[in-house]
Amino acid sequence: MIAFSVVLFLADSQFNLFASSRIYLNSLVSPIQYVADAPQKFFRTISENLLTRQALKDRNMQLEKDNLFLKADRLLLTQLQNENKQLRELLHSQRNFSAKRMITEVMSLRSDPFTHQLLIDKGAVDGVYLGQPVINEQGVVGQVSQVGSTTSRVLLIVDASHGIPVRVQRNDIVAIVHGSGAWNKLNLPFVQSNADLKEGDLLVTSGLGGRFPAGYPVAKISRFDYQEGALYAEVTATPVALLDRSRYLLLLWNDHQYTESESALDLESEDASAE
Amino acid sequence: MPLLNSYRVIYSSFFIALIGAIYPLPLFLNAFRPDWIVLVIFYWVLALPHRVSITHAFVLGLLLDLLLGSTLGTHALIFSLLAYFVSIGYQRIRYFTMVQTTLLVGLFILFTKFALYWLASSLQDIVLHKHYFWSIFTSMLVWPWFFFFMRYIRQRFKVS
Repeated sequence: MIAFSVVLFLADSQFNLFASSRIYLNSLVSPIQYVADAPQKFFRTISENLLTRQALKDRNMQLEKDNLFLKADRLLLTQLQNENKQLRELLHSQRNFSAKRMITEVMSLRSDPFTHQLLIDKGAVDGVYLGQPVINEQGVVGQVSQVGSTTSRVLLIVDASHGIPVRVQRNDIVAIVHGSGAWNKLNLPFVQSNADLKEGDLLVTSGLGGRFPAGYPVAKISRFDYQEGALYAEVTATPVALLDRSRYLLLLWNDHQYTESESALDLESEDASAE
Repeated sequence: MPLLNSYRVIYSSFFIALIGAIYPLPLFLNAFRPDWIVLVIFYWVLALPHRVSITHAFVLGLLLDLLLGSTLGTHALIFSLLAYFVSIGYQRIRYFTMVQTTLLVGLFILFTKFALYWLASSLQDIVLHKHYFWSIFTSMLVWPWFFFFMRYIRQRFKVS
C-alpha cells in the first residue's frame, strides 16, 4: 500500500499521469465540497435577504449612479475601439478581444497549505478549461489549474509555481512576474539593473504567453533595488487584485486568435523576455 | 446486520471528518483547525484494528488530496504510514493513560506535518509559516474530548 502511494505520488508529480482522470476524480469529491460549503452559503443568503429598505434604496441609487458613469465611459470606449481597429487595420495587425466571459463564485474552502489556490463553482460542464485566465474587477487573479465537472481550482498569481508575462504600462518594458508564496508579494526576476522601472509602475499582461489576454492589470511595483555592479535588479510587486477577499471572479475565454503579424511586431520584446 | 451497521457509523465519521477538514473558517482561525482526519484514523485503528486499517487510511488520504488540490498521494502516503504504525502498536497504546495518548497524538501530527512539508518542498519551493504547526496544539486539546465522544458513539451504536 505504501509502495502504491509512493508510485501514485511520483506519477502525479513527475509525469502528470492523472491530468485526464483528474476531472473524474475531482467530480467524485465535489459532493463533499458542496456539503461543506452549504452552511456558509446559507448564512450568506440570509444576510443578503435581511436588509432594510433604506439600505436597499441607497445601494440601488449608488449602483444607478455607477451604471450611468460606466455607460458614459462605454460610449467613448466604442468610439475608441473602432478607432483602434481602424489603426490596427492600417498596420495589418489585428487583435481580437475575447468576448465570452462568465461570473463564478468562490467556494471559500480550505486548500493545500503550501499552495495558493481557490475553489470555484464552475467546471467542465460550463466549459472551463485548463489554463483558463481568471480575473476580478481589479485585475488578474490567476489561472485554472484543475478542472472538475462542476468545480475547478484556480492557481493564484502569488503561488510560487506561477509565472505570468507582463509589460510595464508606462514604457512597455517586458518582464515575467513570479509568485513568491506570500499573499501580497510577487517577484520579477531577470530585470536588468539599468531598466527604467520605478515604484508604483503598473504591470499589465503582455499577452505574450498566449494564455492571458493582453492589457489586464496584474501588479504594482513595490520595490526596485539594485546592487552596484549586479547584472539584475531586485524587483518586487504587489498584486492589484485583493486575492484573499474576492468573492466573485470572472472567467475569460481566450480564443487563441493571436495573428502572425502581431507576433512579428512583438518579436523584439519576446527576445527580451526569452532570457 | 451488525457489520453493515458498524461500517455505516465508521464511514459517516469519515465523511464528517472530511467536511471538518475543508470547512471554511476565517483566516485567523484556519491555522488552529484540528487535524480531524488524523484523529479519526487514530481512533478507529486503535479501537477496531480489524475493521479500519491501512486501506481505509489510504483512501481517506486520497480523498483529502483531491479535496485540498494537493499532489495525489501525499496525504495518502502519510496516512497509510500513520495507520501502519498505530496498527503495529495498538495493543500497547490501549494501555496508555490519556495524557500519554494525547502526547502521542501530538507527536504523530508533528510527524505528519513534517512529512507533508518535506514532500511538498521536494516538488516546489514553498514558504513555511509559523502558524503551520499551531494545529498540533489544538488537535491535542481536542483529542480527549474527541476520544470520549467517539467511545460514546461506538458504544451507543454497538460498533464492533
